[in-house]
This record gives sequence, structure tokens and C-alpha cells, in this order.
Amino acid sequence: MKSLLSEAWLVASKDLRIEARSRVLTNQVAPFAVLVLVLFGFALDADQRTLRMFAPGLFWVAVLLCLLLAVQRSSAVESADDAATGLRMAGLAPAAVFLGKSAAILVQLLVLELLLTAGIIVFYGSSVKNLFLWLIAGLVTALAVAATGTLYGALASGLGVRETLLPILLLPVLAPVLIGATRAYDDALGAAAVDGWAWTGLLAMFAVVASTLGALAYGALVED
Amino acid sequence: MTNPTSSVATTGSPGSRALGLATLLGLVGLLVLAFVLTEPDVRIHPSTGQEIGQFDAVRLLYLHVPMAVITYVAYSLAAFASAGYLIKRTPWWDVTAHAAAEVGTVFCFLVLVTGSIWGRPVWNTWWEWGDVRLMTTLILFLMFVGYLALRRTAADPRVQARRAAVVALVAIVDLPLVNRSVEWWENRTLHQKSTLGELKIEDLTLFTLMIGFLVFLMVFAWLLLHRFRVGWLTLAAGEHQVAAAIKERRAEADGSEVASAVGETS
Repeated sequence: MKSLLSEAWLVASKDLRIEARSRVLTNQVAPFAVLVLVLFGFALDADQRTLRMFAPGLFWVAVLLCLLLAVQRSSAVESADDAATGLRMAGLAPAAVFLGKSAAILVQLLVLELLLTAGIIVFYGSSVKNLFLWLIAGLVTALAVAATGTLYGALASGLGVRETLLPILLLPVLAPVLIGATRAYDDALGAAAVDGWAWTGLLAMFAVVASTLGALAYGALVED
Repeated sequence: MTNPTSSVATTGSPGSRALGLATLLGLVGLLVLAFVLTEPDVRIHPSTGQEIGQFDAVRLLYLHVPMAVITYVAYSLAAFASAGYLIKRTPWWDVTAHAAAEVGTVFCFLVLVTGSIWGRPVWNTWWEWGDVRLMTTLILFLMFVGYLALRRTAADPRVQARRAAVVALVAIVDLPLVNRSVEWWENRTLHQKSTLGELKIEDLTLFTLMIGFLVFLMVFAWLLLHRFRVGWLTLAAGEHQVAAAIKERRAEADGSEVASAVGETS
């Protein structure tokens, strides 16, 4: 168990170091996230009352779109120069690689969630009414989508049509997460009177299932 | 000019032809039962005395409900065969999974279409966001559309089989979660009441529904059988087994006959 976690940490730190050095997250994905928020504003006639009401849903759609970019990046760094083979030959357990790559995406998503929260506060006039729920629901959702995204990134990797295949494979699977996370943030941002904690529980269940399934299936996907 | 391949270019066999014929007759019988012999759903409101019910729209349910059940059967089979492939790693499981998923997706599409057509007069809308089963079915459909997209990539067959198996298993695991989440979704709009529970299920209605299950099970079996054979042949072609078979046939057959068949002039 200890070696699994330390191997996962190696992979996560490698991916995060690549991101920190390439600055794709800060120079491309983050501006894209803000751009999506602004586009929603235009599409909904820049009516702040409407935007505030739909902010939780728009927030999570923006997160999912960013997730696609993060997952593409995460699997592209392994495809380039056949780095995946190097990773396999290093003798790391596939489950550790999966957990490490998921953790790296998780960290990126958390940064983006912070940025997007600032975005909806500034652009849509939203406010965080329940800070603890906002934090926990945000974390659990990021965990669920990062694990699912990593698994599907491996599914689509190495194929010529990776960019177009990933969204069609991944987004339907994440539909329940979108529903749950939107409901949880409805509560956290005070947009609707729902029990956000019940939804957070559901999201946690999804995160556990996705992480376990991913850790088990990853080996079958990367072997050749 | 005779084409010697025409006699073998079929996935039919005496058994599947008999099944196909029986299925066709069953379908005709089902359509007659559903659209002619059964009564429309008309009831009298106890207090207002007005005629209420689904009227003729109910006839679609004799097709819709059995197709929905077959969709779940097909997808379950696809998931089961996918698990089988990951354990056994033999092409039989993979081809079965692919065939079941593809036929299941056709059924799932038809379920969505017939449900939508039924919903227009009964719910007064083509699409009902608040309905549990509608959402579950749509998500399931989209997942398997993704599965089929993955199937059409030009990856190595074994890599593709492995990845597709994982997608099918995730789709099935996700199903109860999708179901639960939408049930917990705030019920802002009218919800589907137990459609069949409202009807007086008796005599001809029940009989027609049971025939519907049977007929669509036969349609499924027939389609699955042929899709499996196509898949198996595709696999064989991919592995150059066909080339070997032709070579064998060449050795058996008269040389000039083969030459004329492939358009060669000596």
C-alpha cells in the first residue's frame, strides 16, 4: 500500500512538474475557463439574475470542458515519444500510474475551480453561502471527474481520433456527476433550496466507484 | 456470368432462415394485435364523467415496452460478454459483446423514438426532462454510441477489444448511478406514472404485451445471430483466414473455373 502511494506520488509529481514547466494550465486552460463563463454570459443576454440562478450548472459545464483539455494533455504527454512504454518499463504498478495521473488532474481541476468560483462571483454576481459545502462538494466532484477522466483518457489514447473520441465517451458517463454537482452547488451558492449534502454523498459514492474501477481496469488498458 | 461467391455471401443458415421467417410472421401478428384487435385506452373520469386515458397512443406501448426490455437484455449481454473477454481473452466473447451492443443500440434508439412519439399526445411534449426512465435511457444510449465510435477506430483489434470491454462495463456500472441520481433530481415537472399500472392489464392487452416480448426477443436473437456472424467473418478476414480458405478452395476446384470466377483470362 505504501509503495503504491509513493509510486502514485512519483507519477503525480512528474505530471504536475510537466504542467508547471509547460504552463499550459495557466496560459491556455485557465483563460479558456474564463472565456467559457463569459460566453455563457453573452448567450444568456448578460442578465445577471438569470446568470446567478444558473451559475452552478454553468460552473460545472465549464469544469467539464476544462477536464477534457486536462485529460487530453495528460494522455498526450504519455503518447509523445512513447513515454507510456518508459513508464511501464519503470516497473510501476498500473494502479499507481492511474492514481498518480488522477491526482495530477485533480490538483489542476481544484485550481480551475478556484478560478471559476472567482469568475462567477465577479461576472454573475454569485456568492458562496455555504463555504464548507462548496469546499467538500468541489473536492469530491473533482475527484470523481478526475478519476473517470483518467480512465477514459487511457481508453482513447494512442488512437488517431483521440480528440473527438474522448468527449463522446467521457461526457455521457459524467452526466450524473454534472447533475449531482449542480444540485450541490445550488445549495452552496444559494441558487435553489435543495439538500446539497445528499448530493455530495452521491458524488462521493461515484468518486469511490470511479477510482476503484479505474485502478482495477487501468492495467488491462495499458498492457500490450 | 455466374458469381460463385453469391451462394456463400450470406450469414444465413437453415436455422436462422426459419427463425427469420417466424420472426417476420410474429411481427405481422403483433402489429395486427397492437393496432387493430386491441382496444384503445379510454376510461371515464369518476367525478367529471369525461373520457380520459391514452386513447390510441397506448398501442405504441405494445412495441415500446418490449423493445425497452430487450435493450436492457442486449446491454447486459454486452457487459457480460465484455467481462468474459477480459477474463478469457478469446475473440468469441469480443464479437458477442460487439454484436449485442450494436443491436442493443438500435433497440435503444427505437425505444427513445417510440417513447417520444407516445409522449406527444399523452404528455403533450416530445421530451420530458423530469422523467427518470427517459433520462436513464438517453444516457445509456449515448454511452453505447461512444462504445460504437470506439469500435470504429482503426486500432489493433486486441487493443480495441480490451478498451471496448472496459467502456461497456463502465456503462453498465454507471446505469444504477444514473438511475438513482435522476430519481433524486428535483421533481419540477410532471413525472411518469407507472404507465402500465394505469391500464387495465387483462385478456387481450396482456396477451399482446406477452406476444410483444416474445416477438422482439426473436427479432433480437435473429439480429444478434447475423451481427455475430458478420463480426466473426470480419475477424476472419482481418486475420487472413479467408485468404487461406480461398487457397484451399482453389486447390479443390477446377483451375479454369476459378480463373473465370476472378476474371482472369489465361
